[in-house]
Amino acid sequence: MTVFYFVAFLSIFFALMTIFTKNPVHSVLYLVITFFTFTVHYILLNAQFLAVVNFIVYMGAIMVLFLFVLMLLNLNKDTEPMKSNLVKFMGVIAGCCLLVTFLGVYRVFEISNPLTVINPEIGLVKNLGKVLFNEFLLPFELSSLLLLTAMIGAILLAKKEPKQI
Amino acid sequence: MEWSFVIEKLILVSVIFVITLVIAMYSTLAERKIAGFMQDRYGPDRAGMFGILQPLCDGGKFFFKEEIIPAGAHKVLFIVGPTIAIITACISSAVIPWGQELHLGDRVVSLQVADVNVGILYMFGVIALGVYGIMLGGWASNNKFSLMGAIRAASQSISYEIAMGLSIIALLMVTQSLSLKEIVAQQSGFVNWNIWAQPLGFIIFMVCAFAECNRVPFDLPECETELVGGYHTEYSSMKLGLYMFSEYINMFVSSALMASLYFGGYNFPFMNDLGLSANWITIIGVIVFFLKIFGFIFFFMWVRWTLPRFRYDQLMNLGWKMLIPLAIANIVLTGVFTLIKDTYFSS
Repeated sequence: MTVFYFVAFLSIFFALMTIFTKNPVHSVLYLVITFFTFTVHYILLNAQFLAVVNFIVYMGAIMVLFLFVLMLLNLNKDTEPMKSNLVKFMGVIAGCCLLVTFLGVYRVFEISNPLTVINPEIGLVKNLGKVLFNEFLLPFELSSLLLLTAMIGAILLAKKEPKQI
Repeated sequence: MEWSFVIEKLILVSVIFVITLVIAMYSTLAERKIAGFMQDRYGPDRAGMFGILQPLCDGGKFFFKEEIIPAGAHKVLFIVGPTIAIITACISSAVIPWGQELHLGDRVVSLQVADVNVGILYMFGVIALGVYGIMLGGWASNNKFSLMGAIRAASQSISYEIAMGLSIIALLMVTQSLSLKEIVAQQSGFVNWNIWAQPLGFIIFMVCAFAECNRVPFDLPECETELVGGYHTEYSSMKLGLYMFSEYINMFVSSALMASLYFGGYNFPFMNDLGLSANWITIIGVIVFFLKIFGFIFFFMWVRWTLPRFRYDQLMNLGWKMLIPLAIANIVLTGVFTLIKDTYFSS
């Protein structure tokens, strides 16, 4: 349990650092570390497969692309857009709403029973595959279709229009 | 967790670490010797007999060179870059099974550091992490040429990771396991090697491994004729040495991976018919495994001194329009074959 609290603290700390750093590249790097702490969380839950996939997909692929784009942008202090007073005002209102929500949550807050994993082996590849392809076959296939659509859409957007003469 | 277990693993880790570093060191010498052989000249032969001390001289030189951090560079990330590169290179060998079990009295010592349930995916994760070392180093140098080199490296390795992953999926359909230990154990003897079941997958995997290691003909991230020096233009001293070193370690590890995924790892023909005791078979197996690895390293070097470099658009075309469709076709073919085999030839 102490390990969990330590890792959870690290996740929140690095997530906050992601928001608070000025330099966008640092921000992405802190986000990478945040994702790494999520991987550790998965390992603590004995979900090895999810841990490694989270590692490969988020840290290895998506964040590299983020970094890629940010490195090509020349983000200096002078090019940073000035934030108008209206935006700041909206930020304050949104923050107050969040505070009210938190207070509301705190009033009905009670300590729930600790979650017990019924089958500790559920996170291993074999069991996960069986569950995905039996019980959750329809949502699994639907989400794969969704991803395929997104992929084709991205390729269509990136493809050059044929020149019309 | 008993103490003897911890000590056993510590010894194993240290031995593998030292072997990795020594092989990486002597790969530099071997590369120059092979280059000499291919170009009909001697290669380095001054330091020690046959130039055997040459890597030590090079290492010493790296350590004593002046260390320069450019004024405009980002200091922390400039140091983090090579650090990540060398760490990811070194930890990737943790899941490779170097041999069968050794029986020392009552103890059974497994010659694999960690038998992770998802060993292959672990390798992929570590390989994917290696890109950060190159990208951060290139960006932190605050130099246009370094940045271009870093971006080339990153886009190349992202592109080829996809084809590599797809070629592995076909292999996994044959082996039915993600654990490297089990995949190697299945390939006992000679006819069970995965190369016979997955020849196309092996070729795709090997091409991608070349691209991931930034070796010729895929060495565009550091092509000195176009890019000054690639992502490590601003690096000097041992930091440059670490980048170079991590490249050689990556070559060693990917050779080990190819040997254990497709060429049976520590298995050798007639291993069960020799009538030797288990320990002897393990020892011969380790030697055979290293011979296979050296074979692949030699192949890497052979290709380097034979083929010219690709143009960048050719590289991208090969990755996205050739290897990925081929790998998908390979998956479909493997599925059809498995289905036919299970339906009509299952005993």
